[in-house]
Amino acid sequence: MNLSQQLPTAEQILQPSPAAILRKRIFGHSGFMIGVAVLAVIVLMAIFAPLLSKYDPYTQDLVNRMVPPSFMGGESDHLLGTDQLGRDYLARLLYGARVSLFIGLFAALISGVIGTAMGVAAGYFGGRVDAVVTFLINVRLAMPVVLVALAVVAILGGSLTVVATVLGLLLWDRYAVVMRASTLQVARREYVAAAQVIGTSTPRILFSEILPNVMNNLIVVATLEMAHAILLEAALSFLGLGVQPPTPSWGLMIAEGKDMMLFESWLVMIPGIILFVLVLAINLMGDGLRDITSPAGRN
Amino acid sequence: MLGFILKRLGLALLVALTVSFISFSLLYLSGDPATAIAGESANAQDVQAIRELYGFDRPMLVQYFDWLWNALRFDFGQSYYFKLPVADLIADRLGVTMRLGLAAISFALIVAIPLGVVAAMRPNSLIDKLALFLSVAGQAMPSFWFALVLISVFSIKLGLVPASGSTSWRHFILPTVVLGYYAMPAIMRLTRAGMLEVLSSDYIRTARAKGASEGRVMFRHALRNAIIPVVSLAAVQMGFMLGGSIVVESIFALHGAGFLAWESISRNDLPTVQALILVFSMFYIVFTLLADIVNAWLDPRMRAA
Repeated sequence: MNLSQQLPTAEQILQPSPAAILRKRIFGHSGFMIGVAVLAVIVLMAIFAPLLSKYDPYTQDLVNRMVPPSFMGGESDHLLGTDQLGRDYLARLLYGARVSLFIGLFAALISGVIGTAMGVAAGYFGGRVDAVVTFLINVRLAMPVVLVALAVVAILGGSLTVVATVLGLLLWDRYAVVMRASTLQVARREYVAAAQVIGTSTPRILFSEILPNVMNNLIVVATLEMAHAILLEAALSFLGLGVQPPTPSWGLMIAEGKDMMLFESWLVMIPGIILFVLVLAINLMGDGLRDITSPAGRN
Repeated sequence: MLGFILKRLGLALLVALTVSFISFSLLYLSGDPATAIAGESANAQDVQAIRELYGFDRPMLVQYFDWLWNALRFDFGQSYYFKLPVADLIADRLGVTMRLGLAAISFALIVAIPLGVVAAMRPNSLIDKLALFLSVAGQAMPSFWFALVLISVFSIKLGLVPASGSTSWRHFILPTVVLGYYAMPAIMRLTRAGMLEVLSSDYIRTARAKGASEGRVMFRHALRNAIIPVVSLAAVQMGFMLGGSIVVESIFALHGAGFLAWESISRNDLPTVQALILVFSMFYIVFTLLADIVNAWLDPRMRAA
């Protein structure tokens, strides 16, 4: 008997395992790594805010108003200076990260549940279900998000939960579109047909055959929508119709610093830059995930 | 083709009807609209009088059809705050928003299409990476903050353009840049992807083989086909922009429909808000309808969808 036919060849042994290939793709993607690292830093800042700043974000100190940051010559122990009411700017920035991350996660979760349910149902059942879902997506796209969100938040009052919920109820369209397309692809595969043939129940097919196989795309959309929600919350709060003072929201901080922009531009620059960095990091992570999980690469 | 147009038109009408119902229902989100209008100092009689005056005592569906019937004749009722017909208010302000939207989409197309073409000509080159970075950064930059930065540099430090107002064309420069910047990433990416796909097709190889110059291949042969999806994207973006004008207009105090929306929301002027949501949605619906028809005309394969 010929031994060389049974034993794996040297090339086969030396070939990297799938896990190793995935690891290489993850660590070799610089955009993804940068995004994850920056996001991790901001999350840690939000979690450990009380440890990182000895000041409270709400305590006013009217004697020390608008002290410039220490790197701009401010002679105090306020690292990033103080705002118009003498509140420590670093503390407000750190606690503001909690607001942004909460809004992003909460809104992405609500819209994710709605959009995924609609998209998967449309893609799997097709026919009338698909027609109704496609119609609802069209209706949602026709409505101006900022305007509707502003109007609803203005009517219901701008608490953190209201803003997050309203954004969550508005931002499901991309989930629905992507999940519908991904489900359409997966539903045609043999293993789904096999599950149907052996009599697996429909909920079980949806949860254990379809959902795991569209998960990659779902996560990519979730990161992008999280960034979207964070930007919208900042815009709403900036316009004075989102999260209300004295909550430390970055959009609100920019609005409050706007009138002093001529003299104290750092009041606007600092929260703007951190907002930009956070959204950029989330988007880099999302784009990176898409590159890593889809072999075709970026388009 | 006619069948396609009729089908598409029917869908658009149905979408418009649904949107109108949703924007009408907003009024009821606040609970009792009569109490809201009457204010805190009103007594029960005042509230009842207002309820009868505005017809809030009728069933909701009756009120909806009444409102819809009037809306079809461009009668959106009276503004609570300005005490003027809402239709006149909006007609007055819409010109500014349309001008801003057109300027912004033109600006976006003029910058993003050449950038996408150049990026596709040399994939993974420095300029491609730069274009990609600009588009990723563009999506992450908060528009209101970008506007403030532009104001502080070009209006305050350099004094080149006015920071707020809407009296001359110079007032439109910064708002156009801010609004247009947001449409660029999507247009750039789609142009690049379209060009990459088209450039690998057979007829491009044929054009090159017969000795056509590179510029001719790019612009006469490739771009013509790659641009088709960009047309419908531009229409969609235009619709989004009109909706997004609310942020830009309120920063630059540009007295357009977006600014009116912000004022009306701040003042709880619900008839104006309802009408504006409806008007902005209608623009989006009409733009996407036109884009679909143009696409179907350019590419017969689309008519089946």
